[in-house]
Amino acid sequence: MTDLAHIRNFSIVAHIDHGKSTLADRLIQATNTVSERDMKEQLLDAMDIERERGITIKANTVRIDYVADDGETYVLNLIDTPGHVDFAYEVSRSMRAVEGSLLVVDSTQGVEAQTLANVYQAIDADHEIVPVLNKIDLPASDCDRVAEQIEDVIGIEATDAIQVSAKTGIGIRETLEAIIHRLPPPQGTLDAPLKAMLVDSWYDAYLGVIVLVRIMDGTLKKGMRVKFMSNGTLHNVDRVGVFRPGMQMVDSLGPGEIGFLTASIKQVRDTRVGDTITTDKHGAETPLPGFNPSVPVVFCGLFPVDSAEFEDLRDAIEKLALNDASFSYEMETSAALGFGFRCGFLGLLHLEVIRDRIEREYDIDLITTAPSVIYHVYMRDGEMRELHNPADMPDLTHVDHIEEPRIKATILVPDEFLGDVLKLCQDRRGIQEDLTYAGQRAMVVYDLPLNEVVFDFYDRLKSVTKGYASFDYHLTGYRADNLVKMQVLVNDEPVDALSTMVHRDRAEMRGRAMCEKLKDLIPRHMFKIPIQAAIGGKVIARETLSALRKDVTAKCYGGDATRKRKLLDKQKAGKKKMRQFGKVDIPQEAFISALKMDS
Amino acid sequence: MTDDWRNGGFGLYVHWPFCEAKCPYCDFNSHVTRNIDQSAWTNAYLKELARYAEEVPGRVLNTIFFGGGTPSLMAPDTVGAVIDAARGHWPCANDLEITLEANPGSVEAGRFAGYRDAGVNRISMGIQALNDTDLRRLGRLHSVADAQAAFDIARHCFDRVSFDLIYARQDQTPADWQAELSQALSMAVDHLSLYQLTIEDGTAFGDRFRRGGLRGLPDDDNAADMYRITQDLCEAHGMPAYEVSNHAAPGAESRHNLIYWRYGDYVGIGPGAHGRLTLNGRRLATETPLVPGRWMEAVAGGAGELSRERLDPQDAASEYLMMGMRLAEGIDMERYRALFGRDLPSDSRAYLVDLGMVEEDGPILRATRDGRAVLNAILRELLTD
Ligand SMILES: Nc1nc2c(ncn2[C@@H]2O[C@H](COP(=O)(O)OP(=O)(O)OP(=O)(O)O)[C@@H](O)[C@H]2O)c(=O)[nH]1
Ligand SMILES: C[S@@+](CC[C@H](N)C(=O)[O-])C[C@H]1O[C@@H](n2cnc3c(N)ncnc32)[C@H](O)[C@@H]1O
Ligand code: SF4
Ligand SMILES: [Mg+2]
Repeated sequence: MTDLAHIRNFSIVAHIDHGKSTLADRLIQATNTVSERDMKEQLLDAMDIERERGITIKANTVRIDYVADDGETYVLNLIDTPGHVDFAYEVSRSMRAVEGSLLVVDSTQGVEAQTLANVYQAIDADHEIVPVLNKIDLPASDCDRVAEQIEDVIGIEATDAIQVSAKTGIGIRETLEAIIHRLPPPQGTLDAPLKAMLVDSWYDAYLGVIVLVRIMDGTLKKGMRVKFMSNGTLHNVDRVGVFRPGMQMVDSLGPGEIGFLTASIKQVRDTRVGDTITTDKHGAETPLPGFNPSVPVVFCGLFPVDSAEFEDLRDAIEKLALNDASFSYEMETSAALGFGFRCGFLGLLHLEVIRDRIEREYDIDLITTAPSVIYHVYMRDGEMRELHNPADMPDLTHVDHIEEPRIKATILVPDEFLGDVLKLCQDRRGIQEDLTYAGQRAMVVYDLPLNEVVFDFYDRLKSVTKGYASFDYHLTGYRADNLVKMQVLVNDEPVDALSTMVHRDRAEMRGRAMCEKLKDLIPRHMFKIPIQAAIGGKVIARETLSALRKDVTAKCYGGDATRKRKLLDKQKAGKKKMRQFGKVDIPQEAFISALKMDS
Repeated sequence: MTDDWRNGGFGLYVHWPFCEAKCPYCDFNSHVTRNIDQSAWTNAYLKELARYAEEVPGRVLNTIFFGGGTPSLMAPDTVGAVIDAARGHWPCANDLEITLEANPGSVEAGRFAGYRDAGVNRISMGIQALNDTDLRRLGRLHSVADAQAAFDIARHCFDRVSFDLIYARQDQTPADWQAELSQALSMAVDHLSLYQLTIEDGTAFGDRFRRGGLRGLPDDDNAADMYRITQDLCEAHGMPAYEVSNHAAPGAESRHNLIYWRYGDYVGIGPGAHGRLTLNGRRLATETPLVPGRWMEAVAGGAGELSRERLDPQDAASEYLMMGMRLAEGIDMERYRALFGRDLPSDSRAYLVDLGMVEEDGPILRATRDGRAVLNAILRELLTD
């Protein structure tokens, strides 16, 4: 156990790619937490998908010991957080476990949308904030300008921002000293009843559920019987430990410390993030305030391309859900696709991550149906139904009105691209709420329908601004609008997996765009295929995919029949990645691609 | 039960892997080398022939085919030695067909009489285009005039002369092709091979195409139109397609190629040659080393073979289907069942009949004219897992 004065807890927060994980590497290295041999870039991004995409998805905690200039040894608990907006929830709950934040800003880029979003969260959590200007090794680095921007846009003092290169290691010692001197130690009472905050939990194949905790008061010891206050369940603590970043067992954790416990818990679902853990006997009376669980906002169907793999898919989804409480699922049946699951995600990146993991780790080819947000359908009898799937849209004669989720979006963009950004937001039914300037950059705030943003808004934004805009959003509520269900008919048969909700005024435009997209996505067949978009039986857009006219190998390679056989085997394998609707093969990627607009 | 291969016959393929220059579109196994030791090659071929003759003795040999590469770079003596050896190893059909692929250069044409005397009785000439600009773009070393002259000499030496053209070339319109093909038909004896240009990976055209070069290739619809024009014109001239890219007056078909398509047995010798041999009731697929030097070494070491795979019933049946459906005459579904032990899926057949892509005639299944143009799609439907 460490005395409070020698503990510092902090999160590392920043806009995506500004160098959080790399800075964490240097802090781990400078304190010799990990041997040189085991060190690698972005050490904490351990998941395959994180390493492959070069991004952090899950927040990670590490405890490091630092011998400061004053000769004292301090225990530092750092939490590296993800930058992408889909995983903002990881950041907000991490902040509840610590007293301060290192706000990393890429000194070649400046303040971006997630920088702002993170600062507001840090302020909400009463954090001390230490600004860190990163990537000063790069020629484009401009610390004065960025420091000024931090003061102007965010309104926090930045004259004593630390200048760092997380790549080369410049400024790391200064960062460590600033952590000791500028961030406050935690508070807590040793001889009070145990109060531990359940920060996160995940499943480990060997140890069962691992619970990340921050001790507020009292002591957590191995062998203790503890109570989870939200539901009163009791558990015997098998292990107590800390992350360095590998698991290291300790006998106990005291106030201000961050670590983990295991207690033979089978499912992540049996733990609630934000819960308070106390002792069974003589426990705390009042729980900590807790925090709201994350809620899925994007829904889509996941179906196996090969319907025989449904049980494998169930297995894969259950296993992934064990570890990811922000992902929801329930069984779904579709006339054309058979059995599958309706799944909920934090955003499109989260969806793609889960889909990739199922395909790769479990080797199941998937069809992902058109993603949808949750609509509120108000019936004439006053009942409100949550619509997760446009295919379930009730008969219109019973519907009074439909409400859709709205968001508040903050976009930071260099002046020269502002016009394009405003047009994009306008096209997406946005309502401008604010427009301010910070130097050469504009900050626009829009009220937008989530549905218009979720699939491809970020891609479009990046493309119209050549990558110079940044974007953050949060849900604000529901509002009624003129929304209708648009069906797509391929070869005269409705394909429910392509049904979407659209605004009536935009239906023709979207219908046309979808039909055109599908015409490109569906390969030519031996017959011509009409592709139509329709609202309530009325066709609003139509394209025709003409019949395949030529597909034959011209040359004969002497007696090389093997070559031909292999070629056809390859083609057949390609066909297996498609699903048949009537007699039409639709490629698995078509369902999401068809929704992405080019303008 | 008689062996299945007897339905197709028995032939010998001899691969000559050398060319004067590499054409930018070509992915056949061909190499440019000077100083070829003809007698070493003769010996190697003869050694291989003897080896195979021991494995499949006593069969009646229907055809011999010298393919390449450019077999018209072979010395007539080399060709003669192979023919004589083959005749010595196997009893030969009375109408033994012996084809040699020739490039239409003047030097090659000078050897035609020699080939005839060695026993060759059919020439297949790679003319490729009937205008000089396109010949140059195809990287060919001959001109239209050279081709004409070589063709005349060939006709003088041989009763059976065929030639190849490549269409759907850069900047070629359907009308251009129609005019060129009409001219070709007026030249033709009784057989023509007309190939749509295929852009192959690993060739100069393939690289250029991938980098966005090689502009002006006809789009799918224009290429389909050229294919249709080809069918119409050749039919009108009494040389209908008997195979996807091959046209002949009835009786003038390349009997050697028919062995492949009818899924007979064939011995394949030379670098990169493929063979199919039925031994103990099972079809074997043989392959040889691609690199000439490697092949020579392998032959010296005992056998010029790289691999020999026993095809399982399904693979053999699939090969029969893929090769046979290329032919206008189609396949015999009873043969397919005998090879595989299973029928072709009846629902797929019914569906394709319904679309007008195939037709059934008792046990015969054949692609219609429209169907043959989309044969890969038909095969994807018919081939079972
Ligand atoms: N030149 C230079 N590159 C850096 C520096 N710090 C980070 N990088 C690079 O910036 C990229 C992003 O770094 P990460 O550490 O993964 O960024 P992150 O903030 O953790 O990203 P997310 O977790 O995806 O939000 C990587 O390619 C790093 O190598 C630096 O100081 N100098
Ligand atoms: C084995 S090649 C060689 C014949 C001979 N060496 C010649 O080039 O004249 C047989 C025929 O295949 C055709 N061919 C080769 N490559 C082709 C391609 N990429 N696309 C279409 N036809 C091709 C040519 O018509 C060629 O005559
Ligand atoms: S097309 Fe004929 S001549 Fe040209 S490289 Fe190929 S085989 Fe040789
Ligand atoms: Mg990271």
